[in-house]
Amino acid sequence: MKRELLLGNQAIARGAWEAGVEFAAGYPGTPSTEILETLSRYPEVHAQWSANEKVAFEEGMGAAIGGLRTLVTMKHVGLNVAADPFMVFPYAGTNGGFLVISADDPGMHSSQNEQDNRYLARMAKVPVLEPSDAQECKDFVKLALELSETFATPVMMRTTTRLAHHKSLVSLGERQQVARRSFERDPRRFSVPIYRRLLRPQVEARLERLKQLVETLPINRVEPGESRVGVVTSGIAYQYVKEVLPEAGVLRLGVTYPLPAALLQDFCGHHETVYVVEEGEAFIEEFMRSIGITNLQGKDRFGVIDEYSPGRLATALGLEAVPGPLNGDLKILPRPPMFCVGCGHRTVFSALRQLKVTVAGDIGCYTMGALYPYEASHTTFCMGASIGTAFGLERAGEERVVALIGDSTFVHAGIPSLIDAVYNGSRLTLVILDNATTGMTGGQPHPASGKSITGADAPRLDLQAMCRACGVEQVQLADTWDRKAVLGALRKALAHPGPAVVIAQGPCQQLPEMKHRDLLPFYVDEGLCTQCEACFKVWCPAIARNDRDFPEIVADQCTACTVCAQVCPTEAIYPVAQVPA
Amino acid sequence: MSEANGKVYSLLFAGVGGQGVLLGAEVTALAAVREGYDVKQTEVHGVSQRGGSVETHVRFGTKVWSPVVTPGKADLVVGLEALEALRFAHFGDRQHGVILVNQHEIIPGSVKDAERDYPHGSAEFIRSRGYRVLAMEASRLASELGDGRMANVVMLGAVSTFLPLSHETWLDALRQRIPERFRQPNLQAFAAGREAAAR
Repeated sequence: MKRELLLGNQAIARGAWEAGVEFAAGYPGTPSTEILETLSRYPEVHAQWSANEKVAFEEGMGAAIGGLRTLVTMKHVGLNVAADPFMVFPYAGTNGGFLVISADDPGMHSSQNEQDNRYLARMAKVPVLEPSDAQECKDFVKLALELSETFATPVMMRTTTRLAHHKSLVSLGERQQVARRSFERDPRRFSVPIYRRLLRPQVEARLERLKQLVETLPINRVEPGESRVGVVTSGIAYQYVKEVLPEAGVLRLGVTYPLPAALLQDFCGHHETVYVVEEGEAFIEEFMRSIGITNLQGKDRFGVIDEYSPGRLATALGLEAVPGPLNGDLKILPRPPMFCVGCGHRTVFSALRQLKVTVAGDIGCYTMGALYPYEASHTTFCMGASIGTAFGLERAGEERVVALIGDSTFVHAGIPSLIDAVYNGSRLTLVILDNATTGMTGGQPHPASGKSITGADAPRLDLQAMCRACGVEQVQLADTWDRKAVLGALRKALAHPGPAVVIAQGPCQQLPEMKHRDLLPFYVDEGLCTQCEACFKVWCPAIARNDRDFPEIVADQCTACTVCAQVCPTEAIYPVAQVPA
Repeated sequence: MSEANGKVYSLLFAGVGGQGVLLGAEVTALAAVREGYDVKQTEVHGVSQRGGSVETHVRFGTKVWSPVVTPGKADLVVGLEALEALRFAHFGDRQHGVILVNQHEIIPGSVKDAERDYPHGSAEFIRSRGYRVLAMEASRLASELGDGRMANVVMLGAVSTFLPLSHETWLDALRQRIPERFRQPNLQAFAAGREAAAR
């Protein structure tokens, strides 16, 4: 059988393809994004980016009750957005297999919070699977879809960052043909609220049957070891346990909701001390304590914050001292991420900084505008929160409030907020950073980008018309690389007596169509340069200081965005083609 | 395979987002797969790639559990940039490991006074702490070969001299991973790195 090195996320996509999934939807979010990107390359599957996770979930719900095997993907906070359908879907239950991937991000590599979505699944009474390597990422997708169909329940698979973004070997199989089911109109199941009371006991009955099943399901696996120490673990943490405690008995839980009470009691009865090693909250541990198991140690020993690692386990167990960073004469400077060379967001932040306005930011690369050197974005919470937060700050007396949001985030969750701000009498200024993509997650198309997930042309949402339709009278479009245009538009918007929108437009430099342009890089003419430092204040990573203390543009990085040339008072910066012979 | 005898090789590649940190790890992983090893690798995605500090781990052997390398256990720490080598040097095994340092400095752009505070002399400092250090001029060598961005492949050439994977396997893995139009200069960069490490 062919084996390939796959990312956990790629393996999930492969599993969905092999299991006969026909519909897949989601919204980009680290660490989940590569699942749909991979799946979109299989012609047998309709994969799509949806406007947001709630929409993706609901589309998936429709596809599944319509009979299709369905995959819906999102990061942990995406499931908050989709929580509404997630909580009610289990009542009706599914027809075709329905699997939602929740990619949790302990350590907050690319997130605003840590959140263990097993609690959300428990609240929704939805079973949870947790694979431990890429092979299981693939295999569990198939298993989850079978469970989903057998029990007519949506199923959740929880991954965490290291699982989603590690590569390991996966045996590849063929695509399975699944018998097509069809939708049946059944008001008792799908529509009238009064019947929900009749469905309610069925949810409990299903859960009871699942509780029986998980006692013997092979993915809840006991690996015998010494009797002194046993470990209950799940997910990627299983690998760390095997690395650090090779002799211990292990109960690896492939299903973490519902949990197998008898199996856990039996395992703990055969070991003196049981460690519970799980990334995230004390989800398994709390259950074990609730059924009267006392010989265990979990979060008190290993901690609840941040992701796990073998080094962390070894340290917590007192097995060895893991060295820390070298300290001494040399100071290890931090290196946070920064705007790319030629990023169109720079001009907006430099204008906002200059105008000294209060800025409510949103979720995207532009969260970095809060950091040095701009320090011009003052709040970041969750998708779409900029507009509502700005509105509230304005009510609280902040003058000249700007909401700042990306194009993809605006479509995701900004539109109702803009309608609301207009309706409730705000005069905030909204800046839409329109870079024609979902930048932070690596450049996924969205409804306002005019492209589909495969790169094909798609109907394009007109952001200007959208804002006008929301009731905004002053809507301005500015070339984001034109410093004066951006600053002028902002000034005009702030002076406007009603709500105003500035769309700062220019594609993300990471998009293939931007990267593969044949442009002449810019160059600093040292004969004209007065070493005034103005160009350094553009904070472009392609502008370095050379041995002669002059600015020098790294030619193979320059995107010819022209912003440094715009700030140069002596016109010493121009394209290489104009260099005098 | 017989050479491994249960040993798991652990590598950490570090650098600045945009330097191609992932490529070295990917080629190493592909080479190890080609020789029949069990292989695991971590990757970095999302916002940290944007000019920030980036690390990726590769482990291979007869059976690998964790994809994550433990500090103090890496056979090789590969720093594509001097400050990043310093940041991750403690992952190296002080007795048996090697820290490879590209003598190339990139000032962090989003840190106040970084130009003033940048820690020069990483390689010497790491050596003074009892680590075996191989200082390389990978960026300079790559520039001489036509493109400074191939520094990652120069470093990979040096990496290849420390691992039990055949030269032919490395070349196959490089050919597998690098598109044809960039292949020839990258193979030259790889050879330059091997040569520099042998000196």
